[in-house]
Amino acid sequence: MIELRELTKRYGEKTAVDGLTFSVRPGVVTGFLGPNGAGKSTTMRLMIGLDSPTHGDVRIDGEHYDRMREPLHSIGALLEAKGVHGGRTAYNHLLCMAQSNGIPERRVGEVLEMVGLQDVARKRPKGFSLGMGQRLGIAGALLGDPRILMFDEPVNGLDPEGIHWIRTLMQHLAREGRTVFVSSHLMSEMAQTAQHLIVIGQGRLLADTSMNQFIAENSRTYVRLRTPEPERARDVLLEAGHRPVTAEDGSLEVEGARAATLGELAAERRLVLHELSEQRASLEEAFMRLTAGSVEYHAHDLPEGSAGGPGEAASGEPGEAASGEPGAAGAPAPAWGENWRKGQGR
Amino acid sequence: MSTQQQYEGPLPGHQAPPAPPAAPAPHGPQGGWPGQQNAGHQAPAAGGYTSPIPMARTHLGHALVSEWTKIRSVRSTMWTLGVMFALVVGIGLLTAVGLSGDSYTGMPLLSGGLFGLMLGQICVITLGVLVITSEYGTGMIRTTLTACPRRGRVLLAKAVVFFVLAFVMTTLACSLTALVHSTMLSGQEAPAGASGMPGTWEDGTLVASGGEWFGATVGAGLYVALLGLLSLAIGALLRHSAGAITLMLGVVLLPLVMALFMAGEALATVREKLIEFSPLNGLASLYRIPMAEDQDATGWPLLGGLACVTLVFLVLAYTLLNKRDV
Ligand SMILES: Nc1ncnc2c1ncn2[C@@H]1O[C@H](COP(=O)(O)OP(=O)(O)O)[C@@H](O)[C@H]1O
Ligand SMILES: [Mg+2]
Repeated sequence: MIELRELTKRYGEKTAVDGLTFSVRPGVVTGFLGPNGAGKSTTMRLMIGLDSPTHGDVRIDGEHYDRMREPLHSIGALLEAKGVHGGRTAYNHLLCMAQSNGIPERRVGEVLEMVGLQDVARKRPKGFSLGMGQRLGIAGALLGDPRILMFDEPVNGLDPEGIHWIRTLMQHLAREGRTVFVSSHLMSEMAQTAQHLIVIGQGRLLADTSMNQFIAENSRTYVRLRTPEPERARDVLLEAGHRPVTAEDGSLEVEGARAATLGELAAERRLVLHELSEQRASLEEAFMRLTAGSVEYHAHDLPEGSAGGPGEAASGEPGEAASGEPGAAGAPAPAWGENWRKGQGR
Repeated sequence: MSTQQQYEGPLPGHQAPPAPPAAPAPHGPQGGWPGQQNAGHQAPAAGGYTSPIPMARTHLGHALVSEWTKIRSVRSTMWTLGVMFALVVGIGLLTAVGLSGDSYTGMPLLSGGLFGLMLGQICVITLGVLVITSEYGTGMIRTTLTACPRRGRVLLAKAVVFFVLAFVMTTLACSLTALVHSTMLSGQEAPAGASGMPGTWEDGTLVASGGEWFGATVGAGLYVALLGLLSLAIGALLRHSAGAITLMLGVVLLPLVMALFMAGEALATVREKLIEFSPLNGLASLYRIPMAEDQDATGWPLLGGLACVTLVFLVLAYTLLNKRDV
């Protein structure tokens, strides 16, 4: 259990972390999401006492980290910057960590095997690939078999197989009853790993919710209809009290209706359908909407009409996107999410 | 997950990466909801996780062992100490060979060891700085302080391990050199009217007194190890290898270099003080060839002064280490 209370960190004028209050519970993977520069890494450094807070407090199982008697047994951390001396072999790196906490030496071989580095145990990390370096960092985090694990952007530099491996590992660790706290700037990544979600932007807490709830609250669902008779379908739908919107590719999108209802309606009116499917807007979209006002690095000079990224997200009013008409294709100023979604949909 | 379980080798389920879950359904940008697919996690185990691995309350001993592993597992240690050893013994040997023809060299018997050590001390200074700055340079310091959040303990362990290693190695090199010198240069005869000649005389031949032996071995080793420890403290303060090494070289060399350029009568006292308190003069005095006017100096008071300065800077480093972010 990690508890933050009004945690604040200023570097000179810059407020990196701004009054964060939340707790990270055991037994689930908690995702820590925010755009680049949101303050995720800083928060994690504050948690293990590497940086000291300007204001507020962090407690690990009720204690300050620097009071811990068996630190590696309490927390294993993979930090953003590689904390490895490039000239010390992987084995010796882990050995000196183990010794500093009185962990038996055989544990070093075990964690090396766990992360798949047993063959390069006697090699210097200077020559390691990004992925191998990341695995060594994870080995260090697992060394003390800790109750709490903290990973700062762990999938950075890993290949697809490695990404899958670490996702599975994190869920496995959480299932054993550990506290697993993992940061990312990618919603899609979180959606596949985390059961709980904490979102920050510019150092401030934006959301603290379960993943399912986040999805339910932030997703826009609609039904897509494709038919050779779009004009008649439109009329039929309007008659039945729905509000169909014609998408760019000619399909109809209906919000707030079930596919089953529309299917039955179509059958009743002998309407030929080529597609009838329930759709949900992407989670990435929901995330971008949430953080729209707090993106640190805007990409202002994206050309018009390019796939909307977070940069465009930031330039639009967050409220506008949220309340914008679904599928308002061809509208003079489409909400940023729309273009992106359509671009992906094709 | 029993707490009573004995730790006998790998943890169950830890040996290999955990088995992958049911293949994740493919998810298009619009279609899938990956979060929902894997949200069916088991209920958290009651009371959280308890490891079967025996854990010890950490103390200074752990930090010492850890720092010893660290210092012996990087190449810079071998290089700096190896070069120091080669310089001290090699130059000592050359000096002895060069002087062995003379009937009287004009110096105390063991003093030739100074020349190699004057260069060798630079290696020890470099190592002292690197012990701490390499951790900042590589980011290892974050790992170190995560594993041992008590920063004072880390600094103390580093200081002790480095100091002992540097002292033992330097003393060994100096002792070997002193042995070479006393073997090759013994039997020197005092020239006519030898009273007041440098060195210790016994029946007209040059010998080394117990004090000379002690100064040229343990004294020199202590002095150089202290300089290294001061470098470690400076490294902890500056957190930058090149900066700290440069500063330490300045501290060692500058007073003497500056004194060289103070020729005028008016500056005579300043020059004399600069020479007297130059770190090189301390070392030379331990070899009984002081650079300052007081020809009876043994170097031990200067060594005491160096120890005090080192302590002050270590305390300063400790204070800042506790205060600063890493
Ligand atoms: N040591 C530091 N000194 C000054 N500014 C910092 C420091 N660390 C982080 N910052 C600033 O704080 C903000 C948050 O950074 P960071 O925590 O690294 O974000 P994230 O990990 O979410 O990308 C950034 O604007 C960054 O420039
Ligand atoms: Mg970061």
